[in-house]
Amino acid sequence: MLEVRKLACSRGDHRLFSELSFTLDSGQIMQVQGANGSGKTSLLRSLCGFLMPDEGEIIWRGENIRELDEEYYAEMMYLGHLNAIKDELSGLENLRISAGLSGVELTEKEAMDALRRMGLKGREMLPTKVLSQGQRRRVALARMLVNDAKLWILDEPLAALDVGAVALIQQLIAEHLARQGMVIFTTHQPLIVDGIDVLNLNLS
Amino acid sequence: MKKSTMFGLLMLVVRRDLILAMRRRADVLTTLIFFVMVVSLFPLGVGPEMAMLRKMAPGVLWVAALLSSMLSLGRLFSADYLDGTLEQMMLAPQSLSMLVLGKMAAHWVVSGFPLVLMAPVLGLQFDMTGEALVVLIIGLLLGTPILSMVGAIGAALTLGLRGGGVLLSLLVLPLCIPVLIFATGAVDAVTSGLNITAHLSLLGAFFVMALVFTPWVTAQALRISME
Repeated sequence: MLEVRKLACSRGDHRLFSELSFTLDSGQIMQVQGANGSGKTSLLRSLCGFLMPDEGEIIWRGENIRELDEEYYAEMMYLGHLNAIKDELSGLENLRISAGLSGVELTEKEAMDALRRMGLKGREMLPTKVLSQGQRRRVALARMLVNDAKLWILDEPLAALDVGAVALIQQLIAEHLARQGMVIFTTHQPLIVDGIDVLNLNLS
Repeated sequence: MKKSTMFGLLMLVVRRDLILAMRRRADVLTTLIFFVMVVSLFPLGVGPEMAMLRKMAPGVLWVAALLSSMLSLGRLFSADYLDGTLEQMMLAPQSLSMLVLGKMAAHWVVSGFPLVLMAPVLGLQFDMTGEALVVLIIGLLLGTPILSMVGAIGAALTLGLRGGGVLLSLLVLPLCIPVLIFATGAVDAVTSGLNITAHLSLLGAFFVMALVFTPWVTAQALRISME
């Protein structure tokens, strides 16, 4: 499904990685490992099409993502370091807007249910600026519940989360894989998905 | 869960930006007050000679509109860029140009349209005649959206740069000169009893051209800025 061929990427004059090839199929999960600055985020951003790789190509269902463009974006979800939530808006508004941008229109009830499952019951209507860092992250991660993307690209999904939330994210990832979804992620914390082998990609 | 259409996405962006503007009213008001201040300073500075004020009114109003729209352009994409929303917009399953068009429209409603509403009141300070005011407003209605649209290209190109605000003005202001010339020219024409259709048709043509090309150009500029 997702195939990376001889990818090379550099930031400034510094070559981060080269000759990187891998494939990811339905129901598979891959963890990108490496020291700080080894190019994990750059790899994920290349997979999103933000960064133009120096060499190589990224193939989705047999076609280059540059050519697929919107067709590819309809099938993927990216959660990066930045939460993409607005301080002035409530959790509910934020979730409905971010889901809307990814092409899914949510009713108020669907959004409420997703936020409650993320452990934000009673805080759905508060402006997100009064929430803690971890709660804001939960608002951002609520998108995992309300999308039908096939490929999830998660950059440090567990940052700022407590133990309960980490368990929930692991469960969501397991459900997604059971639906034949695909996940590629980075993390510095252990992320264990029961009964599924996590493929490893080491950039260092 | 329902799939959103291209038009639905456009309206979503417009609505979102308008809600955000309403929650950050200070930003909107500063632009408008700046416009009122600059325009009001001229009669104080050059003295109360009616004939001269009447002659310079359209130019002063338009230059003030240009400058105040520069003030708000810096914020057009920067907040979304900093909090990651812009990344998500690029990953939207619809064309980025559509989303950009939505942001342009919201920007005009928030920072262009209030200027149009304010202009007749300010025009009275300059003793403008009724028909001159009408033409001025038509010119502003056609011209201020062009400022939002052309300005968006500059805002996208200077995204994430330090001191981007000044660079933005240097990039965008020269591109707005034709709008300035024909919009003020129309008011001059009507006061001297000439036909205004040529001026307004040209403004209309600029508007249509901007509507067709600027969203696409801005989307490309945003992709470059994100790398």
